[in-house]
Amino acid sequence: MTMAIVEVKGLRKSYGGRAVVDGVDFTVEEGEIFGILGPNGAGKTTAVECVEGLRVPDAGTIRVAGLDPVRQRRELTRILGVQLQESELQAKLTVSEALELYRTFYPEPADWRPIAERLGLDTMLDRPFGKLSGGWKQRLFIALALVGRPRIVVFDELTTALDPRARRDTWKLIEGVRDSGVTILLVTHFMEEAEHLCDRVAVIDRGKLVALDSPAGLVSRSDSPTTISFRPSRPLPDAELDALPGAVSVNRQGSRLVINGTDDTVNAVITMLARNGVTAAELRVVDATLDDAFLGLTAREAEASAGRAVTAESADADAVRGGH
Amino acid sequence: MPVFTPASGAVLKTETRLFTREPGTLFWVLVFPPLLLIAFGLIPGYREPDAALGGLRAIDVYVPSTVMVALITASLQAMPAALTGYRERGILRRMRTTPARPADLLVAQMVLHLAAALLAALLVLVLGNLVYDVALPQNWLAYAVTLALAAVASLAMGAVITSVARTAKAATAIGMSVFFPAMFAAGIYVPVQVLPETLRQIVELTPFGATAQALSQAATGSWPAWDHLAALGLWGVVLMATAARWFRWE
Ligand SMILES: Nc1ncnc2c1ncn2[C@@H]1O[C@H](COP(=O)(O)OP(=O)(O)OP(=O)(O)O)[C@@H](O)[C@H]1O
Ligand SMILES: [Mg+2]
Repeated sequence: MTMAIVEVKGLRKSYGGRAVVDGVDFTVEEGEIFGILGPNGAGKTTAVECVEGLRVPDAGTIRVAGLDPVRQRRELTRILGVQLQESELQAKLTVSEALELYRTFYPEPADWRPIAERLGLDTMLDRPFGKLSGGWKQRLFIALALVGRPRIVVFDELTTALDPRARRDTWKLIEGVRDSGVTILLVTHFMEEAEHLCDRVAVIDRGKLVALDSPAGLVSRSDSPTTISFRPSRPLPDAELDALPGAVSVNRQGSRLVINGTDDTVNAVITMLARNGVTAAELRVVDATLDDAFLGLTAREAEASAGRAVTAESADADAVRGGH
Repeated sequence: MPVFTPASGAVLKTETRLFTREPGTLFWVLVFPPLLLIAFGLIPGYREPDAALGGLRAIDVYVPSTVMVALITASLQAMPAALTGYRERGILRRMRTTPARPADLLVAQMVLHLAAALLAALLVLVLGNLVYDVALPQNWLAYAVTLALAAVASLAMGAVITSVARTAKAATAIGMSVFFPAMFAAGIYVPVQVLPETLRQIVELTPFGATAQALSQAATGSWPAWDHLAALGLWGVVLMATAARWFRWE
């Protein structure tokens, strides 16, 4: 039986009269990895910084392990580890001095050496913060978020500046942290990261929660979970293409035919090929990814900000479908 | 919440280490004032008794002024630049997410700049005595009390700069524009004692003018006139209240 450790209800925050977080609700269960996705400027950082007690909400209630992040911020800091999207340390503070200093802030700190080692920081211990590259700074901030042995950790863009190997190492580290019972709230722009790590993800778009599900759940909710593409040996009859069951769109990309649809569509395409005696070169059947689901869920954002470009594009797609 | 926690100690220790890694600050606060005194003394006329100064030599009155140079550089230039930098770069904000108090960082910085300025003051007094035979303060207690009040007022002025400046650049600009009037009031260009009567009375009401007069008086063995000490104390209280009122963590 799990329990909510982070509860956010009706969270609202405005800047200059504009609501940047507009009535967001979610709960994070103890021991889970909870992801927050959303386009730039969607309000993710604002929301998690309210959870951390760094920003004061205009409305709504937040409880983290039963604590009010604003009124009980001091108690909260003892059990909450934080990696901010943007922050710095003293330029001349070395990596080991930073870890040692932050260790002294917490009542029951962890030994920072194993953490530093997992992040490869053991080779950088004497390097001053100001001379670290972006990725190394980020690794140090991940270590600092963990050094206090927190019950809950909030990462705002966990691996944005990291190289692919460091990213995978960090994922392993985070899974290990979770396995030790720690709850993790993480903001990310990497769908692969969300799919790999998160038990559930919330998608925030223009200050509102637009979806909340497991990564697999989000993908399966997409209207076209499967993409079929191939080069037909002869053109296929338009009428049959238009009649494919479950097909959401049929597009031509040069000599390739790209069909978005469902499992039913896949079967129908194979039958259609056999019936017409057409062979399919370079046949690919690809399941939709979280990327596709994300783009589908947040499409309105793109339309609102770049209305004309999107309209023109969809008009093109219609033209292809209607009159190839 | 105790005033001094283990984290405060760790912050002070770390900031002390970082302070020793700032050659610029160390030079301007610790080395420059003694060098300035040595340079003043190389001017031959400054080592002759001067009737306008009541028979004192210029170098005698420059000792308290040079002590104040250390105080002014530390509190109006070095400290606001360091603190606004900490705020601007999100260092205070990062610390706010931990159980440690970012106030510990502010206190550590004030303590360090104060300690450096007092060390420089001691260097100036000793060098003045050894090299130019300037008498050591006759009334140590009065000198120490004056210096303590002056230090509070001048650190508070630095804290006001930290509070009103949004960026480290702005802090440096404000620091510079206050720097020259402060140096004037401290008597670095013209000893306060020889200013025209009205101007002198105005300067004596400023924190550094009052300090210059009070230190000179304490150096000769008497307690400074109470109005100088009162002016200093009042400045300290008003400036500290102003700094606290306007200070922002982010
Ligand atoms: N302190 C602030 N003052 C004014 N506006 C702000 C402030 N903080 C955030 N905003 C605005 O609120 C909106 C949401 O910002 P936020 O940083 O929460 O977005 P985000 O989802 O984290 O974006 P990103 O993916 O780019 O990090 C933005 O339009 C931003 O300009
Ligand atoms: Mg953000």
